[in-house]
Amino acid sequence: MTTPDAKVPAGPIEEKWTAHRFDSKLVNPANKRKYEIIVIGTGLAGASAAASLGELGYNVTVFTYHDSPRRAHSIAAQGGINAAKNYANDGDSVFRLFYDTVKGGDYRSREANVYRLAEVANEIIDQCAAQGVPFAREYGGLLDNRSFGGAQVSRTFYARGQTGQQLLLGAYQALARQVALGSVKLYNRTEMLDVVTHDGRAVGVVVRDLVTGEISSHSAHAVVLATGGYSNVFYLSTNAMASNVTAAWRAHRKGAFFANPCFTQIHPTCIPVHGDFQSKLTLMSESLRNDGRIWVPKVADDTRAPNDIPEEDRDYYLERIYPSFGNLAPRDIASRAAMRMIEENRGVGPLKNGVYLDFADAINRLGKDVIEARYGNLFEMYERITDEDPYEVPMRIYPAPHYTMGGLWVDYNLMTSVPGLYAIGEANFSDHGANRLGASALMQGLADGYFVLPYTIADYLTDWLNVAPLATDHEAFQQSEAEVVSRLEKLLSVNGTRTVDSFHKELGHIMIDKCGLARSKEGLEEALDRIPKLRKEFWANVRVPGTYDTYNTELAKAARVADYFELGELMCRDALEREESCGGHFRVEHQTDEGEARRDDEDQAHVSAWEWNGSGKTHTHHKEPLTFEYVALAQRSYK
Amino acid sequence: MDLTLKVWRQDGPDKPGEFKEYAAKGINEEASFLEMLDMVNEQLVKAGEIPIEFDHDCREGICGSCGVMINGHPHGNQKGTATCQLHMRKFNDGDRIVIEPWRATGMPVVRDLIVDRSALDRIIEAGGYISVDTGGTPDANLIPVPKEAADAAMDAAACIGCAACIATCPNSAGQLFTAAKLAHLNLLPQGQPERYDRTIAMVEKMEEFFGSCTNHGECEQACPKSISISNIAYMNRDYVVAKFKDRRKVGQT
Repeated sequence: MTTPDAKVPAGPIEEKWTAHRFDSKLVNPANKRKYEIIVIGTGLAGASAAASLGELGYNVTVFTYHDSPRRAHSIAAQGGINAAKNYANDGDSVFRLFYDTVKGGDYRSREANVYRLAEVANEIIDQCAAQGVPFAREYGGLLDNRSFGGAQVSRTFYARGQTGQQLLLGAYQALARQVALGSVKLYNRTEMLDVVTHDGRAVGVVVRDLVTGEISSHSAHAVVLATGGYSNVFYLSTNAMASNVTAAWRAHRKGAFFANPCFTQIHPTCIPVHGDFQSKLTLMSESLRNDGRIWVPKVADDTRAPNDIPEEDRDYYLERIYPSFGNLAPRDIASRAAMRMIEENRGVGPLKNGVYLDFADAINRLGKDVIEARYGNLFEMYERITDEDPYEVPMRIYPAPHYTMGGLWVDYNLMTSVPGLYAIGEANFSDHGANRLGASALMQGLADGYFVLPYTIADYLTDWLNVAPLATDHEAFQQSEAEVVSRLEKLLSVNGTRTVDSFHKELGHIMIDKCGLARSKEGLEEALDRIPKLRKEFWANVRVPGTYDTYNTELAKAARVADYFELGELMCRDALEREESCGGHFRVEHQTDEGEARRDDEDQAHVSAWEWNGSGKTHTHHKEPLTFEYVALAQRSYK
Repeated sequence: MDLTLKVWRQDGPDKPGEFKEYAAKGINEEASFLEMLDMVNEQLVKAGEIPIEFDHDCREGICGSCGVMINGHPHGNQKGTATCQLHMRKFNDGDRIVIEPWRATGMPVVRDLIVDRSALDRIIEAGGYISVDTGGTPDANLIPVPKEAADAAMDAAACIGCAACIATCPNSAGQLFTAAKLAHLNLLPQGQPERYDRTIAMVEKMEEFFGSCTNHGECEQACPKSISISNIAYMNRDYVVAKFKDRRKVGQT
């Protein structure tokens, strides 16, 4: 075990980023065109990074497995993006945003990174407004704000219920401009299947053209992974169908440490599961909790229709247990409270697996028009899926896997433990600790891509001035290509009896059951016994139809699911070794008498960074200690 | 419910295609249309056949990946609904459902129900942006935007780029997609400096790939986000103005 060096600059926290930017080496404008940079993924982080690097003059190559960069799953983010503008005059500041984010993350994030995030957040709003992102406005023409969970100020900027869409289109359009100018080369429908390393640093990638099946190598001075999170390890999640861990996992197998894999977020407001055939879950934005009130019947097994249950028989449990934050309690807290209600047989809906999110009071107070203007598209989405009208009957919601705080370990410069390999956005672990606050994912993705990586990457690149990227006919690339091909051929040649989805579903069941909302030593040990057996069966009995030289969704899916087995195992191991409850990681052995999470700051105030040692071998567990100089460690209370 | 599907199968852009029939049995009416296709594919794989390829991703009606012709209607018959949001409760037991890819010369079939929509990226690359580099932008509240303008821009910006408008148009015209992006940017104060150059560049790029608009109005009907056809009138006006406007004098009132 070693201590990974986070390379956090010295000095007072509010001066670290400014000082670091000055101390970092620069690449002069004429030299930038001598560098090749590869960016994988075109979500908020990837598109904003690629566009910004292209504007600076670097030669950028971008890969996306989608048909267009605009399809990346950032597009589905609904509620908003945080910044510390204090436009609402309600006491916000950079320090408060920093404080709320560290506290919201249950004190398991790196203070210096979070401070920087809060510091650049305001610039993001300026950047996006200038790009023409149609943020919501007041009648005077200025920007409107709303509240989100875990904050007592209104700092969230939004574009109806489609904030992610509009921010992504802004970044996508900036990227499109660079593509037109020739500074960025775009490969669509192309999936990264390996990171290539040489002499201990990242030198390029191996990709597969999803249309023709052609495997090719691409070399660069640096590789940036902006490939999102891994919630689909649970099979049912709010992530898009294709969202996957493969790029991050391939990098992990090439030496990049994977940090805090067990820190996953279960979002409290999703539409409940309604059947075995279901392919994914749909989120209802946390912003709904601004106006909706969450409740369940006071007594168990109440079968009355919601509108027939009188006020005195309703339990507005978040308002009751957490009076100061009420319905805007943070996600981990709200999710566990819902879980407890359902365990008490007070769940609602045909499967008794939901809680109500009720807008009747808000509609009475503000009128239907106001609610429609704020949440119209969300209400419509809910109606399409459930065939119920939320203006008339309360929504039914339930917690579902949504976001992963864990990810590739990165230092302050967003570089992984492999020199030259960077991870940005949800793909890294850095800013959200053990629980992410609402409207902070968009903030982090764009902070990394627009305002952090373009600075920090230069410091690494200067060492490689006038050194050509490794030729793609080099042995390192050839070997990597051969491994990629043989893995795909192996998947196609098994020709067993079970479909890829059937394995993915079974793994998902194990993960949600044993490594979901609540985790126990016993359950995790059981999962660690079952997952390797299932993985073995997968490689012996999966059926992948077709060939690899055509468009073959099943093949692409199989390669991703294969990586989920290895990731799932590591998640359980990480959850088992983290002997405390914090944020989204709730170990039943570690709770207060009231059923709240109990942290162990003595022994567990660290980042767990796991090192791959080869197939079938145990990971090495590295620990980066976390110190809190500016936000005092305290029992998190939202009461 | 039990259904009969008649699905377009085509191995590649240069290969001939044909309709094939499949039985979809025991489908739960709570399932979405794409979940129904998932179940059919699961059966095909088990039977050793090649599953039906279709584009899809978010399954929340926002990414714009999905979209097929269902009984001759883009995204099916429910107004304002993308294919992934369409649910089987809108169909009846025993229905026969014809499923085809988008068809337009500017969007060739990749495989089965998947088409190549990269022409839409080319149209955006031609001018669908406001030219600001990262950094150095003014405080967001220094650019006041009248609420009505922000709302109208947002209405247009809600386009998901699925190309249903093109697929449904008898001329395979790309006007609604292009006009929606132009309206989003041209209605905002930030979009004014490049308004006329943007309009010319995007309209002319669009015409390289797609047919001409003859006011059928099918596009508005097909749009899963109910983007208004009035955006096309606005685009046409800006295009005509752009051809005469002396851009050196745009700053004068």
